[in-house]
Amino acid sequence: MAGRVEGKVAFITGVARGQGRSHAIRLAQEGADIIGIDVLEEVPGAPYGPATQEDLAETVRQVEALDRRIVATKADVRDFDALKSAVDEGVAQLGRLDIVAANAGISTAMAPAEELSEEMWVDMVDVNLNGVWRTCKAAIPHLKASGGGSIIITSSDAGLFAFPNIAHYVSAKHGVVGLMRTLALELAPHMIRVNSVHPTVVDTPMVNNDATYRLFRPDLENPTVDDFKEAAAGINALPIPWVEPVDISNAVLWLASDEARYVTGVPLPVDAGAAVK
Amino acid sequence: MAGRVEGKVAFITGAARGQGRSHAVRLAQEGADIIAVDLCDTIPNVAYPSATPEDLAETVRQVEALDRRIVSAQVDVRDGAAVKKAVEDGVAQLGKLDIVVANAGICVMTTWDETSEEVWDQTIDTNLKGVWNTVRHTAPHLVEGGGGSIIMTSSAAGLKGLPFLTAYVASKHGVVGLMRAFATELSEHGIRVNSIHPTGVDTPMGQLGDPEKATKIQEIMAAHPRLMPMMSNLLPIQMTEPIDISNAVIFLASDESRYVTSLAMTVDAGNTQY
Repeated sequence: MAGRVEGKVAFITGVARGQGRSHAIRLAQEGADIIGIDVLEEVPGAPYGPATQEDLAETVRQVEALDRRIVATKADVRDFDALKSAVDEGVAQLGRLDIVAANAGISTAMAPAEELSEEMWVDMVDVNLNGVWRTCKAAIPHLKASGGGSIIITSSDAGLFAFPNIAHYVSAKHGVVGLMRTLALELAPHMIRVNSVHPTVVDTPMVNNDATYRLFRPDLENPTVDDFKEAAAGINALPIPWVEPVDISNAVLWLASDEARYVTGVPLPVDAGAAVK
Repeated sequence: MAGRVEGKVAFITGAARGQGRSHAVRLAQEGADIIAVDLCDTIPNVAYPSATPEDLAETVRQVEALDRRIVSAQVDVRDGAAVKKAVEDGVAQLGKLDIVVANAGICVMTTWDETSEEVWDQTIDTNLKGVWNTVRHTAPHLVEGGGGSIIMTSSAAGLKGLPFLTAYVASKHGVVGLMRAFATELSEHGIRVNSIHPTGVDTPMGQLGDPEKATKIQEIMAAHPRLMPMMSNLLPIQMTEPIDISNAVIFLASDESRYVTSLAMTVDAGNTQY
């Protein structure tokens, strides 16, 4: 049976690990070739370690083990020229572009809005909002050349409602919803669809770390993963603490495939009902 | 390869043709058994031809041709007791219930001042109370099974106002409230509840029936040209196909969306963004 995205090519940012790697594998399982980038560098102020060259190599290994092609490059979504070179080179090698998963994002130190430093704010917006715009800007000409396509922007539940002490993250993730809606309007005549996905807590290095434990459990001096689990379950309606990367990938796959050929402009929560609470 | 809803059982209302039949066939293709109900009868004021018992038999034939089991019954979703009985009979024969697709609906297009009390009542009864009947009589089986997925068919008209469809717009907005309310109470049972919001779909209802009635609608539209663009889609297409809605149903019915709940999912070619 043909895969659900058989013969398509997908450009994925933040592909070295976490959700990005999961998207690459899930799309490859269903027949897509992959163009992937990751910054592979320390994120300023991030309370978790950076993805490494080995992480990126592991993504490549897993996609190639599925007999799909992958062009993986070290590139930063803050650098438009590097992004453009990566996607241009990928399209030159793989022949076309159909799918964009603008997934790269960071979570940095947490503080009340008036205590956030200028640097924390600017870095956050530059990656999580400006980086998505640059990703789309670099990719759109190739989607137009293919006669259509699907852009999936990773936002967050924090793109639908507020959480305290991460004003920079909430603002950036709300911002990509505006970008998604505008692109949906502008690109519809080209049969390019644009949607966003809004996860609740996902079990990845970006989220499952000490700083997040502290954000969710300000009441405890040294919160553990179990303390976090209890608090995380509290934000969801379904009785679970968090979702897995594959749950976001399954939403990305559906939006990427022709099954969703008339779905555009949708902010799709994959959030265990957190948004309804 | 196992189907995406392999071994699950789905209850579908309005299953004789159109979107309902498409859902039954698509779910069966992916491994589900089906409990299919349809009124198979006329409702006054509805301008397009109603589904028939022969239509329902054709749905049965298409599902069985896929080597899946199907239990069908003629049921009016406005009749709670009849819905309850059909669900119980189906579950008794197929063993359990996992998926509910509350799809049955009617659409009467007329200006606000020509909307009769009869049109209002039958639209609200079918499109809103019918969904409530469907959920309240299926949810106990999902609770018993330890979880499940309920999908309600609303409309782009459940998210934005559209002209000449007062009762329809009200009923479809009501479905969103119903979806959100059930999502809260059923979450503790691992039951997900979502709605789908199509733009125009190429079905007998979507075409609004015979050319004579369609002409009347053209006349209404022509008399109110400023409102015409509200019917437009962003993507350069006139209509979607039933399969496009079914593909959204499959995603929401399957474990691929196991953590998606209380979502108003548009499959509307951007109509609500226009």
